[in-house]
Amino acid sequence: MNLLSRRKLINQIALTLSMLAMAFGLFWLAWILYTVLHLGLAGLSLDIFTKMTPPPGAADGGLLNALAGSGLLVVVSTLVGTPLGILVGVYLAEYGRTSWLGNTTRYVNDLLLSAPSIVIGLFVWIVVVSRMGTYSGWAGILALSLIMIPVVVRTTENMLQLVPNTLREAAYALGAPKRKVIMSVTLRAAKSGVVTGLLLAIARIAGETAPLLFTALSNPFWSVDLGKPIANLPVTINSFAMSPFVEWQQIAWAGVLVMTACVLTLNVIARIFFRQEQSH
Amino acid sequence: MNNFIPQIEFKNFNFHYGKYHALKSINQSLPKHKVTAFIGPSGCGKSTLLRTINRMYDLYPDQRADGELLLDGNNILSPSVDLNVLRSKVGMVFQKPTPFPMSIYDNIAFGVRLHENMGKADMDERVEWALRKAALWDEVKDKLNKSGMSLSGGQQQRLCIARGVAVKPEVLLLDEPTSALDPISTMRIEELINELQPEFTIVIVTHNMQQAARISDYTAYMYLGELIEFGETDQIFVKPSKKQTEDYITGRFG
Repeated sequence: MNLLSRRKLINQIALTLSMLAMAFGLFWLAWILYTVLHLGLAGLSLDIFTKMTPPPGAADGGLLNALAGSGLLVVVSTLVGTPLGILVGVYLAEYGRTSWLGNTTRYVNDLLLSAPSIVIGLFVWIVVVSRMGTYSGWAGILALSLIMIPVVVRTTENMLQLVPNTLREAAYALGAPKRKVIMSVTLRAAKSGVVTGLLLAIARIAGETAPLLFTALSNPFWSVDLGKPIANLPVTINSFAMSPFVEWQQIAWAGVLVMTACVLTLNVIARIFFRQEQSH
Repeated sequence: MNNFIPQIEFKNFNFHYGKYHALKSINQSLPKHKVTAFIGPSGCGKSTLLRTINRMYDLYPDQRADGELLLDGNNILSPSVDLNVLRSKVGMVFQKPTPFPMSIYDNIAFGVRLHENMGKADMDERVEWALRKAALWDEVKDKLNKSGMSLSGGQQQRLCIARGVAVKPEVLLLDEPTSALDPISTMRIEELINELQPEFTIVIVTHNMQQAARISDYTAYMYLGELIEFGETDQIFVKPSKKQTEDYITGRFG
């Protein structure tokens, strides 16, 4: 066999293997999506968005309080996590690239990034919930922020590192002070990547269950008081799906569908945004 | 070409990258409102030398200079020098075009706003002036709000020159400004350098010897961190006084 046909063969084999890997991944994803759609659509109705979670055995009910609670938790966590995460990312990329403080922060951030979310939930339970004597929305927000911040830090730092150094030098060469260089040039150049990372981080915390189980807990009634246990989608789905009541199980599936749709939408928006910004 | 007024003076100037001695005892004046070209093989230190004139090396902690480097008689190596002010007097254009991720207008206005407070009308005027100086106005006057990144490579480089000129510096440093451009864009930049020469002191590093011969009034030949020869461009290219320079220029070496 000559060199050329051998290369072609190797190429074919590699291509086949990667197609198989892709098919394997897509198979499960398609199955999951099918199940979610099939079972979720059956329970989906306007009631899901307009009615509170029902007591056991009641025929009609929805997820209004859980949706509102989840929305509140995610929005406040994002408001807490975004500025902190971006600031730390900027510090790591622009100030502390080689300093020991920078290296330590980077290392700790990587540890946080890979920490199982249940560990973070238990941590917040120990330091907040057990001391305050009550589950609360704030504890949930703390847990979600702790999950979000390392993701934002990492993407912000990576995206800033992708900005070519010549662009920084060009800004310095005009006599710009460092904060101007960062605010007006490097952060702007990295904007699409940073925003994409942010959207993916939001998508990530929107679906977290374990950290909320020990912090925000849940609440069968309407409440937007962050000082008290607050209803939220993941925990509600968890308890409803595990329950013996058919009505609850159906509502859980509808909730899964709503959550999947939200996370999927966020991911798609992130991709579209990134692509648009990159192309001009 | 006999009105040699020194504006930049290197006096017993040395430069180190960590332990590496990159520039060795440079003693040389560069003339005001002339074009001075630095030529020499890769790694000879010509870009390093250029980057000392606006103290760009200050961004990197392991790089240091000693000796004296005077700009209009003031030692710019002194710790009391305000780098932002120095860099408003000494502009720089890089090898690869570096448009900022903002509109063409803001690319120009960015540097001006750092050093001057002016109203919208004055700024419009300054932007137009700078773009005309860089021979770019006619091509972009209808799309000043478009991103600077949307321009072609040659246009981007002229935008960078306009951006440097807009701050009204005294000195313009050009670090191989045409090495990433096609011949037509290169020609336009070279024409531009000649047009800017009466008002700005221009120092250019180039790998292209024909370019040095075409555009510069004075030429310096560097080798292994030393400045081997400096003189009027015609003299350097026609009758260099050092054998080393002649070997490099005639292509026997380098």
